[in-house]
Amino acid sequence: MSKAKRKPGWKTLTMAAILTEPGSSMWYKTGDWRAFRPVVDIEKCTGCLLCWIYCPEPAIVQKDKKVRVDYDFCKGCGICAEECPVKAITMIEEGAK
Amino acid sequence: MKKAIGLTGDEAVAYAAKQCDVDVVAAYPITPQTIMVERFSDYVANGEVQTEFVCVESEHSAMSACVGASLTGARVFTATASQGLALMHEIMYIASSLRCPVVMGVANRALSAPINIHGDHSDMMGSRDCGWVQIYVENAQEAYDSVIQAFKIAEDPEVLLPVTVNLDGFIISHSMEGVEVLDENAVKKFLPRRRAELKIDPDKPITIGPLCLTDYYFEFKRQQEEVMKKVPDKIKKVGKEFANLTGRSYNVLHTYGIEDAEAAIVCLGSTAGTARVTAEKMRKEGKKVGVVKIRMYRPFPTEEFKNAVGHLKAITVLDRACSFGAPAGALCSDVKTACYESEHRPKVSNVIYGLGGRDITLTDLEKIFDHALRTAETGVVEEPVVFAGVRE
Repeated sequence: MSKAKRKPGWKTLTMAAILTEPGSSMWYKTGDWRAFRPVVDIEKCTGCLLCWIYCPEPAIVQKDKKVRVDYDFCKGCGICAEECPVKAITMIEEGAK
Repeated sequence: MKKAIGLTGDEAVAYAAKQCDVDVVAAYPITPQTIMVERFSDYVANGEVQTEFVCVESEHSAMSACVGASLTGARVFTATASQGLALMHEIMYIASSLRCPVVMGVANRALSAPINIHGDHSDMMGSRDCGWVQIYVENAQEAYDSVIQAFKIAEDPEVLLPVTVNLDGFIISHSMEGVEVLDENAVKKFLPRRRAELKIDPDKPITIGPLCLTDYYFEFKRQQEEVMKKVPDKIKKVGKEFANLTGRSYNVLHTYGIEDAEAAIVCLGSTAGTARVTAEKMRKEGKKVGVVKIRMYRPFPTEEFKNAVGHLKAITVLDRACSFGAPAGALCSDVKTACYESEHRPKVSNVIYGLGGRDITLTDLEKIFDHALRTAETGVVEEPVVFAGVRE
């Protein structure tokens, strides 16, 4: 959120918390919610994009006909690993070696 | 030329909504719905209005659809009662927080259990803190007049709050009266099309209803309280404009005979009429009694109320709902809070009455007035809360 020392008060905030600039969810990174991180095995990935379809965030990004994970936004729900038909995605505990 | 037609309270509300050229009505069409939307659906079926009528599957959905429609800048109306209002409760907070100027007719009725469909204020009192402006009417004429004014109040760019127009279930909602109605063009002139500055628009995307946690939520609640403070003056202004048009003037509260009174009854809705007739009779007998009808219950007209009752010796507040376990009924609690810091304040007693549609008669009210006069004389409130008209 804002880096200003003092956050704005009710007198200056917009009415009803309406945000007139769209796309504000991009400012709010949710990657640190994650307990498990999905790791894609690029060799196994067929680029079918089922993970891209299922990802609720969306934190799956297409790259060279394969996929990679945007860890700034991935919350670690594990749906991609569950849905991957070739088991190319593994959930690994954050901080684990 | 003045035109009077026979309408029930419900029909008067529907007729007013029709003349207000409402864009969207979303309503659940089965019990506990009222004749308000039934009659309105006739207008839709007959092509008398251009309204989009959304038949939803519950009152929860009705209010949700109203919120969505209102956010597109539309003029939105709905109606409900009793359990239906209770089911809307959650979304009513969202309507007010997102500043949706929806107008809703509420035929005030009891809440279950036991099952009862008759008039009392339990439903609206259950949602009294939902952030809506709440107007209580005394008869079908006031219901008609107040709906037209409600849109003007709600849609004022400095207000943008939803408004309920509360009419006592059956006593007003189902009783037919002669209602003086305005010419359609006169209503159009009084109430021009809504012009929403901020609205849902695919060409100009905005975010409505974002997550606000410990760091921002409180500020937005404070904003809502601030806008409530602007409402009394708006209601007075719109009431005066309406008086210029019709000769019927409206304020935040209305009084009868209190200038020289010693004791008064404070109440909401249709009971005010019965109390006034009782007071008229008693005043002819030389008893100095008066009536204060609270028309705008939320925001509570604290200053106006203090000015009105400051000189009285005793007031009895009538509550048509029970706030179980509370020191007094909801209206009485507000009255006491409003008066507490005043140097000269009347003795206040509370009567809980009329639950589940039980009638209150002239004789009942005369007894209540007599009791208030005794308190005025002795300065002693014998019983702070009395349940009137209940069998022991």
